[in-house]
Amino acid sequence: MELSYYPGCTVKTRARNFEESAIAVMQTLGVTLAELPRWNCCGTVYSLADDDLIHHVAGVRNLMQVRNQGHSKIVTLCAFCYNTLHRANLVMKDQSDNRFGINSFMDEEKPYNGEVSVAHLLQVLRDDIGWEKIAARVTRPVNGIKIAVYYGCTLLRPQSAAVDNPENPVVLQNVVKACGATPVDFPFATECCGSFQVVSNREFVNERAYEITNSARKNGAELMLVSCPLCEFNLRQAQGKLKDKYPDFQAMPLLYFTQLMALAFGLSAGVNRFDLNSPETQVWLSQKQLMV
Amino acid sequence: MARIELSSAKLKKDFIKKIAEISGQNIYECYQCGKCSAGCPMCFAMDILPSQVIRLAQLGLEDEIKASKTIWLCASCLTCDARCPKGVDLSRVMEAMRLLTLRKSKNHLEPSQMARPEVADLPQIALVSSFRKFTG
Repeated sequence: MELSYYPGCTVKTRARNFEESAIAVMQTLGVTLAELPRWNCCGTVYSLADDDLIHHVAGVRNLMQVRNQGHSKIVTLCAFCYNTLHRANLVMKDQSDNRFGINSFMDEEKPYNGEVSVAHLLQVLRDDIGWEKIAARVTRPVNGIKIAVYYGCTLLRPQSAAVDNPENPVVLQNVVKACGATPVDFPFATECCGSFQVVSNREFVNERAYEITNSARKNGAELMLVSCPLCEFNLRQAQGKLKDKYPDFQAMPLLYFTQLMALAFGLSAGVNRFDLNSPETQVWLSQKQLMV
Repeated sequence: MARIELSSAKLKKDFIKKIAEISGQNIYECYQCGKCSAGCPMCFAMDILPSQVIRLAQLGLEDEIKASKTIWLCASCLTCDARCPKGVDLSRVMEAMRLLTLRKSKNHLEPSQMARPEVADLPQIALVSSFRKFTG
């Protein structure tokens, strides 16, 4: 099976460990992620203003490109891209006045009416592949590892864009279970890490990271699994600084869910690009003898 | 909070009308249950709570809202929207309030003033989001 795939800016640079592990994992599952040609920025955040249509145009342009390539579905890895593209698509599907305005502005030969569906990789794993098939590919079960899964915001809110139940999601826990590890419950799984506030209010984002990480630790986790490159950055960059401020703080290893899958599938360490993960993560992986 | 003055003139201000127009939300639906403030992940850093922002807006107290940093600490995580029992999307109200400043070409974040090492460290997704949210 081949799926049209939209990478986005961060996955192509800082989060290559996310992309490369995802492509390898999907290949193992018999799915080729074919990068959408000539993709452009999704806009990163969905505009929340009723009178601001121009900020949906970047997303819509990508969706038109998917259609023009003859695909009916686009898959994303980045939670921000997923959210922005999905919601831009809903505008084109459900809001006839805005659809008319955007189509008239873009002046393309064929207007776009929301024909393409936007999916996150987690949905593809759950709905198109299934946990049994994933579990069957596991050759190196990561048994006994207790993992706190962290969803963040954009995969779950608003409800119209949620990949799972927004208040009680289970899809990431199911990834953990399929890999043979043990998910632990912790109350911050769906809370915001502070998001783009890291640019202007980094100290507050670090406080969020402190609470989130400590809660995961208190609930027995030795690893946190993330699905958003901004959550990953925020939690990772805070760790070093938190040790200075709170001497009792214990850093937490962080992996993308696709990296855990690559480990469980026994894929070569090269696909995981652990050089882009935190030093704490690398130390933990060595201790667990998972670097090979 | 300092002393505030209520008046019918403030209630009739364009400010309230503009917020409704940009956000598409009816702020008078809010009955101050406080669920938005209870769930807000950034409210520990705010000088006035999200529920207080909407109360000030109902009363047309534009200056009080603008003097607070709360609307600039919102990360648009939509937890308030998900939990509001009255269906008010406060994240859209916050966006409308930010836009009323940004659309006057007043940037909240000045890209040229950002420290170079910090910019180099940040992922694009954080920078582009911030520029989208905090510059006009």
